[in-house]
Amino acid sequence: MITINHYMAVSAALLLIGTVGVMTRRNIVVILMSIELILNAVNVNLIAFSKYHNQVTGQVFAIFVIAVAVAEAAVGLGVLIAMFRNKGTVQADEVDLLKW
Amino acid sequence: MEFIIITLVKTGLVAFILLTTLAYLQWVERKVIAHVQARVGPYRVGPHGLLQPLADVVKLMTKEDLIPDHVNKVFYVLAPFLAVFLALLSISVIPFGPAVEIFGIKTNLGLADINIGILLILAVSSLGVYGIALAGWASNNKYSLMGGLRSAAQMVSYELPMALAIAAPLILSNSLNLREIVDTQAGNWYGIPNWNIFTGGQIFGFFLFMIAAFAETNRIPFDLPEAENELVAGFHVEYSSMKFAGFFMAEYANMITVCSVATVLFLGGWHSPIPSQAGSGVFAALVHFAAAGMLFFHAMHAARPFDKITFPVFGVVISGIGAIFLAGAFVWPALGAAINGLFWYGAKTFILLFVFIWIRATLPRFRYDQLMRFAWLFMFPAALLNMLITAFFVALKG
Amino acid sequence: MSGDTFFFYAFSALALLGGLGTVLLRNAVHCALALMTSLLGVAGLYLLQGAEFLFAVQIVLYIGGIMVLFLFVIMLVNLDQASKLQQFGRQTPIALVVALAAVAAIFSMLSKSAVLLPASVSLTPLTGGNTETVANVLFTDYLLPFELVSILLLVAVVGSVMMAGKRTE
Repeated sequence: MITINHYMAVSAALLLIGTVGVMTRRNIVVILMSIELILNAVNVNLIAFSKYHNQVTGQVFAIFVIAVAVAEAAVGLGVLIAMFRNKGTVQADEVDLLKW
Repeated sequence: MEFIIITLVKTGLVAFILLTTLAYLQWVERKVIAHVQARVGPYRVGPHGLLQPLADVVKLMTKEDLIPDHVNKVFYVLAPFLAVFLALLSISVIPFGPAVEIFGIKTNLGLADINIGILLILAVSSLGVYGIALAGWASNNKYSLMGGLRSAAQMVSYELPMALAIAAPLILSNSLNLREIVDTQAGNWYGIPNWNIFTGGQIFGFFLFMIAAFAETNRIPFDLPEAENELVAGFHVEYSSMKFAGFFMAEYANMITVCSVATVLFLGGWHSPIPSQAGSGVFAALVHFAAAGMLFFHAMHAARPFDKITFPVFGVVISGIGAIFLAGAFVWPALGAAINGLFWYGAKTFILLFVFIWIRATLPRFRYDQLMRFAWLFMFPAALLNMLITAFFVALKG
Repeated sequence: MSGDTFFFYAFSALALLGGLGTVLLRNAVHCALALMTSLLGVAGLYLLQGAEFLFAVQIVLYIGGIMVLFLFVIMLVNLDQASKLQQFGRQTPIALVVALAAVAAIFSMLSKSAVLLPASVSLTPLTGGNTETVANVLFTDYLLPFELVSILLLVAVVGSVMMAGKRTE
């Protein structure tokens, strides 16, 4: 029997994987992808609780989360392209001009 | 249990017919383009080149299956399979005909009847880009990579106007289930068939959908991912043998899918344009008899010797099919409903497929910037406007 | 094992393995494809929970839209050099310690039966199709957030075009 706790466990695991990715990776593209993982973990929880309470509010919230994820990916990749053009690198810790 | 057996039988039949159609669509395409260019096309293998598809399959299967050294092997092999799989997947939700009852078995003509049919088709077609983009990237070749990049940008851009063009008939039908969408288009209004393209006022939406469909299937004038004369063959330069055939099959299967979707959404699916009191039952029979008569007539005046034999043989086969339609109309109404539905669905889809081939023989290719400008500055606003106007009238009516 | 249980574990495995691949793999294209599998697994979980509209949105928008955008950018900026460099930053050990602590905290919480939720609560069941219900709630109760999100998307589009576009002087 699969209960809501199973979904919460999956969501937590996904969230942690995403967080570790954001904190450890140097490549900005991969950092952006890890953020997508985090947002998906949130969505799994929202959908699970939507089913649990038999209300679609959670699904509506998940739609908003996806919309925000789209905006985030578009802007993030725009920044990435601008950065690649100016600095010739996509490593997050090489963009440290303020640390002179 | 009975459900599983019926589904298995239906799946087998659809797979067989679909794969045969795929092979013969290639023959039809070569013949039509040849005649547009005043050639005869395939003529050597079998009567009028009718066995050419078989010869092609044998050739493709026996060619050496080369995997170049410089490619990314896993994705290189995966890409064509992905392309074929995704292309064949969306056929499963297309309804081909009405619910029928033959030999006491009640069934829908179509494989799966799901609530979000049209959303599934959109989802699968949006995945289709992966096959091409991956093939382009995994080939490790600059031309392939250019093809993959172009297809990624192109298919994402045209997905948007396509989805918006699809939204208008969905608003009219108030359903996402393809079978229900077809059902709302039954009947006629003072002799005009009650299809979305006519009484729904979606003629503009239909053309927007078809243009986007050309781009989604990477057909001329939007075949920039292949572009033989700029990119050699684009994303499939490095592919040979059955892997190459996989991309080919995917392209044709995608064509059949988008034509089916256009038929279902805009052209009333399996519904006949002729009202039943005006004899829609015998129309299919008449078409077949006319075709047979034309073949017999040409056989009498045939210039080429073996046409004198092959034309009458085809004529007899086709008039036999016509006789089945006649029997359906007068003797066995249950069968008549089924085969008439299939006839109209097939006829509409085939006409749209013919348009695809016709345009390939007619138009040159867009330049890349023209393609993008067209998608974002014309297609997208036009599709949005079309949807808004449709929604406005639906709101006004009810 | 019933069908639901099997599919839950299959989709969860897909989502988690894909997630691990995204974080651990070297080549950015491989990362993107791993993330794609992960998103597919999550879409399957949506379907298991009866959120069929979200399933379609997930595939059309996420896998067919955002991930293609990622792939496009990765191919465009050609990350071959980047995949040969050191992949993990200097803060990795600290990050791993923090993450492990978080794992311990969350799973100790989940395994305590006191906070486990009951298997189901009985509320009035929803009527009508999933898509209809979602649309009704979205366009009535949440109309204002919906409009705000559309403004956010517009700003994002303009912003990303401004940033990624060529400077013309």
